[in-house]
Amino acid sequence: MDSYALLLAATLNAGTVLALASLGLLINEKVGIVNLGAEGMMLCAAIAGFATGVHTGSDLMGFSVGILVGAALAAIFGVLVIWLNTNQFATGLALSLFGTGLSAFVGTAYVQEKLVDRGSYAIPFLADIPWLGVALFRQHPLVYGAMLLTAGIVWFMYRTRAGLVMRSVGESPESAHALGYPVRMIRLAAVVTGGALCGLAGAYISLVYTPLWAEGMVAGKGWIALALTTFATWRPGRVLLGAYLFGGVTMLQLHLQALGVQIPSQLLNSLPYVATVVVLAVISRNPQWIRINMPASIGKPFYPGS
Amino acid sequence: MFKLEARQEPSRFWVYGAPVLALLLTVLVGIALFIALGKNPLRGLEMFFWQPIKSTYALGELAVKATPLLLIALGLSVCFRSNVMNIGAEGQYVIGAVFASGVALLAEKTTGSWIVLPILLAGIAGGMAWATVTAVLRDFFNANEILVSLMLVYVALQILGFLVGGPWMDPGGFNFPQTKTFEAGTHIPKLIAGSRMTIGVLLALVGSAVLWVFLFRTRAGFALQVGGIAPAAARYAGFSSRQALWIALMISGGSAGLAGALEVAGPIGQLSGFLPAGYGFAAIIVVYVGRLHPIGMVFSALLMSMFYIGGEMAQSRLGLTKSLTGVFQGLLLFSLLACDTLVNYSVKYKRAA
Repeated sequence: MDSYALLLAATLNAGTVLALASLGLLINEKVGIVNLGAEGMMLCAAIAGFATGVHTGSDLMGFSVGILVGAALAAIFGVLVIWLNTNQFATGLALSLFGTGLSAFVGTAYVQEKLVDRGSYAIPFLADIPWLGVALFRQHPLVYGAMLLTAGIVWFMYRTRAGLVMRSVGESPESAHALGYPVRMIRLAAVVTGGALCGLAGAYISLVYTPLWAEGMVAGKGWIALALTTFATWRPGRVLLGAYLFGGVTMLQLHLQALGVQIPSQLLNSLPYVATVVVLAVISRNPQWIRINMPASIGKPFYPGS
Repeated sequence: MFKLEARQEPSRFWVYGAPVLALLLTVLVGIALFIALGKNPLRGLEMFFWQPIKSTYALGELAVKATPLLLIALGLSVCFRSNVMNIGAEGQYVIGAVFASGVALLAEKTTGSWIVLPILLAGIAGGMAWATVTAVLRDFFNANEILVSLMLVYVALQILGFLVGGPWMDPGGFNFPQTKTFEAGTHIPKLIAGSRMTIGVLLALVGSAVLWVFLFRTRAGFALQVGGIAPAAARYAGFSSRQALWIALMISGGSAGLAGALEVAGPIGQLSGFLPAGYGFAAIIVVYVGRLHPIGMVFSALLMSMFYIGGEMAQSRLGLTKSLTGVFQGLLLFSLLACDTLVNYSVKYKRAA
């Protein structure tokens, strides 16, 4: 039984990485911008957060620097696609390639480094409940943070005026502009926020999830997070659920190994990627369903007066 | 306030000027980076721009690395022209190499060099097979080809890891993740004795010429591009965008697979876990810097090859890490995209109203 509690705990942990990044990308896509640079931003934030953690011994500093790096890279991307009208897909791809290279370059010096031991996280009393304590209440605070964040984003997007404006920019930038909203600034704000969340996710990987630095350690999670927004048909709640689902697939590998199942590790390692492909195919099967839910201006540039 | 004004028609000057300006910007950032790292920037530039061309041997190496880049880029350019965003060429390259190795491993000591042809064909088939997965999911399931093709790269790497660490591992290889060295008959013929250049260099150049003819002198090539730019217009003209999708993915899968086959049976001579060097991703940059043009890509492939060699030189001579290559490649694409704005827009200075 306890192994299932551990599996659930690990699932939430793995899901948190995907949830944070994917929520950020959701915010981007809600204003009509697709940032394929997620993987690159997460890698740069991972090494920046890890290096800061090594030097200062403070997780908080590590996370802050990770967020800043993600936001800064996203800002460059944002200025390019929003003001210079560069192709979103090519620019995002450039960011991913650049981030992969830069993180590997900077990270060479940190491959052997270790973080100070931070002990374990346990909520008093709750952590001692049999089974549930292990499964739910010994997590890093950000695991609960991701849940709160999801609720916050739902509230913001569907219950506030600012959220309505944001969604209208994604649905029809022309109308929003005609109404006098600063479309490009709103888009930039969303892109930077998205980058900050990807940065947080990246720092979570290198500080908490697997506390070390290895080249390319994000291992496609940025791309999976991108797929998750489609999977969730651009609904924050479904993003969170989808993230846990994919976290579960990632963790199944450990569980199967614990059960002594003899399967080549490479087959298990490829599970999350195969699952992403399968899920994308199943979800996208009905083009109408996607079109109804997708922000209408996604991927399209908007330049006022052109 | 600076303001962008749409040009009446794309600037011919900046079509060619933008890549040059982008390279210049990348070099400037590179100089700043070398200074920041406490290295002599001139020595740094020498590694990237002089060492790769200073001797005939160096030029040979330049061609060796440019070959897979060019081959993959030629295929990718067809994809991008028809608006199929295949970014998983790395996976198609790896599976092509795997298929080719499957044939190469069948060779015995006495096998003649006729086996080179089946090896290359197997590579093409492997790349195509891997691209087929993306094509099927895009065509019949409407799945986003960017994400699918990219996810399949990771799956391909796992397949490679499984084979070279398991069934195909060289029993006498001290547990290294690699197959045995292929028999002599499998070796792709050399272009010049003593150099590492194979006929792959010729194949890539011929490929470039063939692509030029296909794109600009055939109806099929024209239909493919219209299908990408204006699907509605293409439908009206009776061109099928589904057909364009399949043609584009088969060409790019096949050429990436061929590049993989040429690599394992050429300069490397065995299938190894260290095969993937990011050529599939660097080729994307080659495509954009080469302006999606068959001839332009020859030059950008050489440039990207210089970056690879420069990174290795910087590692061995300056004690930097060769991941510097990735930094510069990414920077180049970044600055190119920014400079490309000048092709369609002119910058006007206007006082704030």
